[in-house]
Amino acid sequence: MARITLDHIRHAYSPEAEARGDYALKEVHHEWEDGGAYALLGPSGCGKTTLLNIISGLIRPSGGRIAFNGVDVTDLPTEARNIAQVFQFPVVYDTMTVYDNLAFPLRNRHVPEVQVDKRVREILAMTDLESMAKQRARGLTADQKQKISLARGLVRADVNAILFDEPLTVIDPHLKWMLRSQLKQLHRSSGFTMVYVTHDQTEALTFADKVVVMYEGEIVQIGTPTELFERPSHTFVGYFIGSPGMNVMPAQVQGRMAVIGGQEIALAGAPKVAGEGRIELGIRPEFVRLERGGMPIAIDKVEDIGRQKIVRARFAGHPLSIVLDEDQEIPADAGARFEPGAIGIYANSWRVGMEA
Amino acid sequence: MEKTWNNKAWFMVLPVLVLVAFSAVIPLMTVVNYSVQDTFGNNEFFWNGTQWFTDLLRSQRFWDSLSRNLIFSAVILALEIPLGILIALNMPKKGAWVSVCLVLMALPLLIPWNVVGTIWQIFGRTDIGLFGYVANALGFDYNYVQDPVDAWLTVIIMDVWHWTSLVVLLCYASLVSIPDAYYQAAKIDGASRLAVFRYIQLPKMRRVLTIAILLRFMDSFMIYTEPFVVTGGGPGNSTTFLSIDLVKMALGQFDLGPAAAMSIVYFLIILLFSWVFYTVMTATDAQN
Repeated sequence: MARITLDHIRHAYSPEAEARGDYALKEVHHEWEDGGAYALLGPSGCGKTTLLNIISGLIRPSGGRIAFNGVDVTDLPTEARNIAQVFQFPVVYDTMTVYDNLAFPLRNRHVPEVQVDKRVREILAMTDLESMAKQRARGLTADQKQKISLARGLVRADVNAILFDEPLTVIDPHLKWMLRSQLKQLHRSSGFTMVYVTHDQTEALTFADKVVVMYEGEIVQIGTPTELFERPSHTFVGYFIGSPGMNVMPAQVQGRMAVIGGQEIALAGAPKVAGEGRIELGIRPEFVRLERGGMPIAIDKVEDIGRQKIVRARFAGHPLSIVLDEDQEIPADAGARFEPGAIGIYANSWRVGMEA
Repeated sequence: MEKTWNNKAWFMVLPVLVLVAFSAVIPLMTVVNYSVQDTFGNNEFFWNGTQWFTDLLRSQRFWDSLSRNLIFSAVILALEIPLGILIALNMPKKGAWVSVCLVLMALPLLIPWNVVGTIWQIFGRTDIGLFGYVANALGFDYNYVQDPVDAWLTVIIMDVWHWTSLVVLLCYASLVSIPDAYYQAAKIDGASRLAVFRYIQLPKMRRVLTIAILLRFMDSFMIYTEPFVVTGGGPGNSTTFLSIDLVKMALGQFDLGPAAAMSIVYFLIILLFSWVFYTVMTATDAQN
């Protein structure tokens, strides 16, 4: 259990990387609290796995320093860092039994056999693997194997952190849900620092206290699920979190007003825009109202997704999604109204503050 | 459904039957034929029953060359398999050196058997051979023409030089197919180098090792050309393996009957070993 400090970490896979774009991980400067449950969320290739492997020591960063509880571990090999990691695809030791697979990390560290047995049985019970403890790992199904990998990650009681690299990819949806709640429960009872890499927002939002959103090798926002939803600090976060994603459209700002295609939209305050660059207005589909007398829109289609309806429309030539309750009527001459408090203004994709 | 019988269908199989007859059955039956008959020339043959077989199994000469051959195969396996694994483990997995290593490894396999024999015949000579000359200059009393131990040493080193590559290439192929995640997981789990070998690499190599052991056993048990070129089976009979003995008997002494009997026994031994080997390997496979 440890506080993890990432001090100006950057990494490039090619040694002669110079331009900023050559870096798989541009610059990460952040501290992860002891006992936190973090999710690293982002699309494939955004540097999540790279960051994870830097923490576990499988990769040495090209720049920066990493510390556990204030002790520099940048030059320590993986074995000396006392980290557990679960990989995307199952890694099991084929010739061993399920029991021995779980005991392996403990026996390698010369834990007394009595303790090994106690701990392994605990984890076997927790992951529901007891019935196959004596079976050889070869010939099990992919999700059984992944459960073994997962259990092997949990078996050591004294690790600094447990890292999960999209561990539930190969597991079927029902089991996925169960395992995820078990992990969450384990986090509460054990107090391990856990880092969970995923590209699935539901997974990230249900597992973590703090979600770290990454995009093109950078951390774009760290926050609670609510913060990410209500105040995305980058248009990518708005787009990536929520379904459908945030509506983003180019706009001009005039004092406490935003102008899109001649329509004036009231804001909660005056955005601190310096004037240069690309200005955009972002609003979640959940905060757009459909009512008579609103701004004119053209509705393309209405999708019924059960408890809600998604209206796909165009506003001043830009696509606009609106989420309505299932039983809400859509007036024939309906227009859109944006809730001022839910509007964010973005300069060059980054959210800008507002003066009240 | 009613079955229709059409005997003309036999004609369809005929070409294959003819081919197999000429390529396998007739030559084999010729040997069987010789093994139960005796001749005094003039193309006259007499029925001899199992006489050649009983003679063979009672002759010291046969048992000597058989045990020499078994010892040779055992030594070859004991050297080439561990050495092959060791080299494969230490070969680079990526980068420019991969192709260099692979070509170096493949080279000995591309050299014809009798050329390999000639190379070592000259290499080991005490007068002009680099190895033989240097060994003697350094004070070792090395002479494969006169000393049976030196002759064995030469033949064994030659075979290791020629065939270890095969084991290396087979093992290497299975080693590079292990995903990186396995090594990463092993690091996370704190596994020692030995544990990585024992629990990750060896299980992965098990199948190809089965093939490697079988191939190397068969090849070394049937070895002929290389030792024949280097030592000619000598000094004395010290490097006369089964196949060399067989050729001596068949072509040197023109004892066709005993040679035919020996051929059949030789063939049966190889068949027996292959069967035992195969059964044991598949049985352990099924166990897992």
